[in-house]
Amino acid sequence: MNLALTHTRFLFLETVRVPIAVIGTMMFPALSLLFFVIPQGAVADNPVFATAATAQLSLFAVISVCLFTFGVGVSEDRSTPWDPYVRTLPAGVAPRMVGRMLNGTLFSLLGVLPVVLLAALLTAATVSVTDLLVGVLALVAAGLPFLGIGLAMGYSLPVKASVPVAQVVLFPMAFGGGLFLPPQVFPDWLNSISVLLPSRAGRDLVVGVVTGTDVPARAVVVLLIWAVATALLAAWAYRRDEGRRFH
Amino acid sequence: MTDLLARAVDATRDFDSTRALDGVSLDVPAGQIVGLLGPNGAGKTTLLSLLLGLRRPTSGRVELFGGDPRDPASRRSLGSTPQETGLPATLRVGEVVDFVSRHYADPMSLGELLDGFGLDRLQRRQTGSLSGGQKRRLAVALAFVGRPRLVILDEPTTGLDVDARRSLWDGVRAFGETGGTVLLTSHYLEEVEALADRVVVIDDGRVVTDDTLDAVRASVDLRRVSLRSPAVPDLPGVVRHSSEHGVHHLYTPDADALVRDLVVSGLEFSGLEVRGASLEEAFLALTGDRAQTARKKAAAR
Repeated sequence: MNLALTHTRFLFLETVRVPIAVIGTMMFPALSLLFFVIPQGAVADNPVFATAATAQLSLFAVISVCLFTFGVGVSEDRSTPWDPYVRTLPAGVAPRMVGRMLNGTLFSLLGVLPVVLLAALLTAATVSVTDLLVGVLALVAAGLPFLGIGLAMGYSLPVKASVPVAQVVLFPMAFGGGLFLPPQVFPDWLNSISVLLPSRAGRDLVVGVVTGTDVPARAVVVLLIWAVATALLAAWAYRRDEGRRFH
Repeated sequence: MTDLLARAVDATRDFDSTRALDGVSLDVPAGQIVGLLGPNGAGKTTLLSLLLGLRRPTSGRVELFGGDPRDPASRRSLGSTPQETGLPATLRVGEVVDFVSRHYADPMSLGELLDGFGLDRLQRRQTGSLSGGQKRRLAVALAFVGRPRLVILDEPTTGLDVDARRSLWDGVRAFGETGGTVLLTSHYLEEVEALADRVVVIDDGRVVTDDTLDAVRASVDLRRVSLRSPAVPDLPGVVRHSSEHGVHHLYTPDADALVRDLVVSGLEFSGLEVRGASLEEAFLALTGDRAQTARKKAAAR
């Protein structure tokens, strides 16, 4: 566990020493809220809709951190000579993975912070302190499958491939999961695909918690299956990775 | 039985259709400093990556302290160094050392390590702001943080000036004198001559030579005959011929016979000079011509 904290601290320092990466992470979801939610009175002035929209964009922030900071970030790390060196140290898969996970959680929450602040100040969104805290935990849980996908991508793709793949995964997942448009407006066929996506399951969980509505049991099951499957995928990708091929 | 800290048994590694290592066997017993030599692309780094647990052999076996190098427990007494100057640029020297030392049970203190490698007072600097030589020294220092029994150094002094190289050599020698074991690759034959007890020459994925430094020196004991002449005919016994600015260098095991042949040939020449070839020159004669090596191998089979 100590080693996991050592890796966490090291990865954290590496990320925060390049402040623009952190600022970029924090800006995009906040800007989305500012441009697409706040000007629409029908959503912004309705406490339930505004709270749900905030939850959806928060989840989007979490997913994009997982795919970019971790998917693309890990690919980048693997292309440096430092990475194979770290693999020669006497530590197994776990400390590095845990370090990455804790960092993912931390930076995801940093991305969520401005969304929640803007929503609190400029919309009718409302949430009790308890629901907010449970909502944050729900966000972390909802992000897990994407952390797994990000790590699996990072450990199996070169940088040039991981950037487009991250984009290709992010937007359909976000749209299909109802993070931009609420799933209530989906046609049936889209909804039946949507409920199988981890983004939708995560959305239902987070929105349910913060708006005080029921979380469908299906969402929890779907999320759990995706989280376990992608964690296994990430572990597999890490084990088979041998760094750069030629050297 | 001697204590083998690292070994490869008939290890082969393919990359797609390229065979980078072809049935290499190597024993690294405790207390030895082994120099691994070979031209670029010979398979040195691939062999090290197997021993460090970074890659799996396609066939054959590698062992580190009697275990699988891919098992973290086998790497507890191993020290290695990042290639090139690949340190995380935004982190401070102290932070990097601290990160690495936390992986070991009984690490050296930060001060002790930085002093030993001439890096004191740089603790607070980001590694990206260090000079090339300082980065290199820090990279090598990292190999020693965990008080290892075996240190694997890949091109440890590339990019260092003469003074820095010599002080690093002193460090490696001192480690060897306290019973430490080292496996190192180098582009500088001078380095291997200065440090190694044993020399392993790899070419084209195979071990060409594996012997004590003295024995390797003797087996490649060549003389260099230099002379100034417009053109030099092919003469028997010349294993390598190079020329610059009208001066020809002929490498041969028997300089006396070559000089007699030169005189008999009636060739006009001036400035005749004969001296022992350096290990570097001999090494080039040994591996420089791949076609020749391949023929030798074919004959050996």
